[in-house]
Amino acid sequence: MDQDPARQHLRSRPGSRLQPLRPATTAQTTAALGFRFSWSDPRVRSVVWQVVILGAVASALVLIARNTAANLEARRIATGFDFLRRTAGFPIAEHMIDYDPGLSSYGRALTIGVLNTLKVSLTGVVAATLLGTLIAIARLWKAWLVARLAAAYVEVVRNVPLLLQLLFWYALLQALPPPRQAWMPFPGFFLSNRGLRTPALEWTNALNWCGLASCLGACAVLLLLRFAKRRQDLTGSRPTQWRLAFGLIALPPVVVWVWLGERLIVDWPVLKGFNFTGGALLSPECAALTLGLVVYTSAYIAEIVRSGISAIAPSQWEAATALGLRWEQALRLIVLPQAVRVVVPPLTSQYLHLVKNSSLAVAIGYPEVVSIASTTMNQTGQAIEAIGYVMLVYLSISLSISLLMNWYEARITPVLR
Amino acid sequence: MSSIANASGPPSRRAALARRSAAALRALRWAREHMFQSIPAAAVTVLVSFLLLKGALALLSWGVWHAVWRVPTGADGQPDVTACLDARGVGACWAVIGEKYRLILFGRYPYDEQWRPCVVVGLFLGLYVVSAIRWFWRPILISIWTAALTLIGILMWGGILGLPFVGQDAWGGLPITLILATFGIAAAFPFSVFVALGRRSQRLPGVRWLCIVYVELIRGVPLVTLLFMASVMFPLFVPAELSPDKLVRAQIAIILFTGAYLAEDVRAGLQAVPKGQYEAADALGLGYWKRTILIVLPQALRLVVPPLVNTFIGLVKNTSLVLIIGTFDLLGISRVATTELLWQAYSVEVYLFIATIYFVLCSAMARYSRGLEEARIARARS
Repeated sequence: MDQDPARQHLRSRPGSRLQPLRPATTAQTTAALGFRFSWSDPRVRSVVWQVVILGAVASALVLIARNTAANLEARRIATGFDFLRRTAGFPIAEHMIDYDPGLSSYGRALTIGVLNTLKVSLTGVVAATLLGTLIAIARLWKAWLVARLAAAYVEVVRNVPLLLQLLFWYALLQALPPPRQAWMPFPGFFLSNRGLRTPALEWTNALNWCGLASCLGACAVLLLLRFAKRRQDLTGSRPTQWRLAFGLIALPPVVVWVWLGERLIVDWPVLKGFNFTGGALLSPECAALTLGLVVYTSAYIAEIVRSGISAIAPSQWEAATALGLRWEQALRLIVLPQAVRVVVPPLTSQYLHLVKNSSLAVAIGYPEVVSIASTTMNQTGQAIEAIGYVMLVYLSISLSISLLMNWYEARITPVLR
Repeated sequence: MSSIANASGPPSRRAALARRSAAALRALRWAREHMFQSIPAAAVTVLVSFLLLKGALALLSWGVWHAVWRVPTGADGQPDVTACLDARGVGACWAVIGEKYRLILFGRYPYDEQWRPCVVVGLFLGLYVVSAIRWFWRPILISIWTAALTLIGILMWGGILGLPFVGQDAWGGLPITLILATFGIAAAFPFSVFVALGRRSQRLPGVRWLCIVYVELIRGVPLVTLLFMASVMFPLFVPAELSPDKLVRAQIAIILFTGAYLAEDVRAGLQAVPKGQYEAADALGLGYWKRTILIVLPQALRLVVPPLVNTFIGLVKNTSLVLIIGTFDLLGISRVATTELLWQAYSVEVYLFIATIYFVLCSAMARYSRGLEEARIARARS
C-alpha cells in the first residue's frame, strides 16, 4: 500500500485535514443547493431503494397471506389455536408429566415434547462439554498415540452427517438381543433392544425431604467455599475442606431418612412375556439421540477447547512450570481458567446447535417437540400453527441460552484497566 | 546408493547394518520422546495400544474375516441370505452393498439409464476439482459452471438428444445429494453476500432491519422446521397450480437456511476489512458498488475462506435432512434399501458404506480449506 513514511505519517495524524474532506464537501454542496429530488442525492437514493425493497417484501408477504387464506378455505382447514385444547388421542412413549392419550389435550402433548427436548438438550450439553474437554486435553497430551486417537475421533465425527450418525446408533441399539436374551451387566440391569432397564427407587415423600436436606447441605458447602476463599486471600493458606463438604452433602439426607424411619422401596425390573415391566427405562430412541448428539457436538467442542488452550501464550505454561506446577496442575489452575474466556462465545453457538439438532429425533421417533408437532400437524392439518409453535419454542430456548451465556461471559471477563 | 554399497562388499553391508540400527535407534528415541516420556504417559500408551489392538482385531474379525461378501441367488431368483443370517452378530453382511449399490447410489432412476446419473456425479466431482484450482479463479469459471450445470440438467432430465425423459420423482441417491449441495452453495453464497451487505448498510436502516430479522430468525430455528415449512406450508403459500416440485421446495429451504449462516461469515469478513480501505475507496471517488466489488469484497472474502468452507461442509451434511420430508437423497434411499424384508437387519453395513462417501466428500473439503489457510499464512509470513 502506501510505502512513503512521510505520507503515512500524514495519514495517521489525528485531525488530519485529508480525512473529513469528502464527506464535508458533499454535505456542504447539498446544504448549499438545498434539497433536490435527484438520483445523485444519496438521501433520495436511500429512500427509493428502501421503498422498493421493503415494498417488494411486504407485497410478497401480503400475496402469501392471501394465497394461504384462499388455500386454507378451499381445503377446509381450520385456523387458530383452538386445537391445543382438543384431545390428542395418540400415545407418547416417554412423558415426564402425566399423559393419557384418551383424555389429554394437544397442548399437553406439545408440552411433553418441549420437556423431552429440554431433557435431551440439557443432558447433551453437559455430557458433550465434559467429553469435548477431555478429548481436547487428550489431543494436546504428550502421549502421541492418545493425541492421534483423539484427532482421528474428531476428524471422523465431524465429517459424517449427524442424522446418519443418529440412524447408525439407533440401528446398533436395535441390533441388541431381544428382552428374553437380554444382557445383564449387573444384577437388575437389563440391556436389550427395548432399551436399558434399571432398578428404580419408589419415590416417596421421605425422599423429597432427603433431597431438600441435601440441597441445604449444598448451600452450606457454597458458603464454606466462600469462607475458604476469603481465608486464602487473607492468610495465603487454604483450609482443607473436602471432608467437611462431603459430610455436609451426604449426612443430612441420611439423618432425615433415619429420623423419618421409612423403608427404601426398590422397584426391580421383571421380565413379563415379551418385555420388562417395572424399574426405570432408558429407551433406545432416547439413548441413540443423546449418544449421537453428545458424540457429534463433543468433536466440535473439542476443537473449540483445543484452540482456546492453544491461544494461551506459551509463557503462561513456562511460568507455571517455573513455579513448580506439574502439567496437569498448570492446565487446571493456569491455562484452563484463561482458556474459558476465549472459549465461551463459540461454545455458546455449539450449545445452540445441539438444541436445534435435537429436532433430528423426528427421524428415529423420540417424542420431542418436533415429532409431536409433526403428529399434531398430520392429525389436525393445522401445519402453520404447529410449525409456528415449534419455531417459537426453539427461538425462546435459543434466546435464553444466548442470554445466559452472555451473562456468564460478562461475569468471567476480568475488568481490564 | 544401494548398488554402489552392494558392489563394494562386506564393509558396505556393515554400513547398511549401522544405518539400519541407527534408524531403529531413532525410532526408539522417537517413541521414548513421544510415547513413554513419563510413567503415566507410558501406562496410558500401553493401555490405549492394548485397547486399540483389541478393537481393531474385533473390527477386522467382524468386517473382514467373518464377513459375508456376496450371496448366491436362490432358486426363486431372490438372493439367498442364509450365509448372512448365519453370520449375524459375528460378521458383517457386505453382500447387501453388492446387491443394493445401484439403488443406493442412483435411486429409482431407470436401471438402463443409470449411466446418466453416473456421468452426472463425475461432472459434479470434476466441477469441484476445477473450482478448487487457483488458475481457474477467473471469469472463465462462470462459463464452466454454466456449461456443466446445463449438461447435468440435460443428462438428468433427458427428453432431448435421444435421451428418454426421466422425471424428478425418479431421481435419487448421490446425484440428489450433490444437486442439493451444489445448487445450495451456488445460490446461497451470492445471496448471503447481499444479506451481509444489507446488514451492514448505514444508509438503508429499513433493509438493515430486514436482514437482521431474517438472519436471526433463521439461525434461531432448526433446519427441520424449515424443511417442514417447505414441504407442508409452502403449498399453502402459492396457488395450487404454481406449487413447485418437492425437491425444489427442499432446495429453497436449504438455500434460505445456509444463506443466513453464510451471511454471518461474510459479515465477519466485512468487519475485518480495515476502515482505511473503505476511506481510501471513498477518496478515489468510487461509488458504493464499485467500492464494494473492487476493494472491500475481495479482501473480506479472502479472510473468511475457512469459516465459509466450514459452512459449506455443514451444508453438504445438512442435505441428508431432506429424508425427513421424504426426499430420497443418499441417506433417504439407503433407508429405503434396508426396509426390504430380506435386508432389514443390515442397515449398519449400509450406513457405514454411505458414511464413507460423506466422509470422503467432507474431509476433502476440510483438507482443502486447511491447505488454503496454511498457504495464506505462509504468504503473510514471507
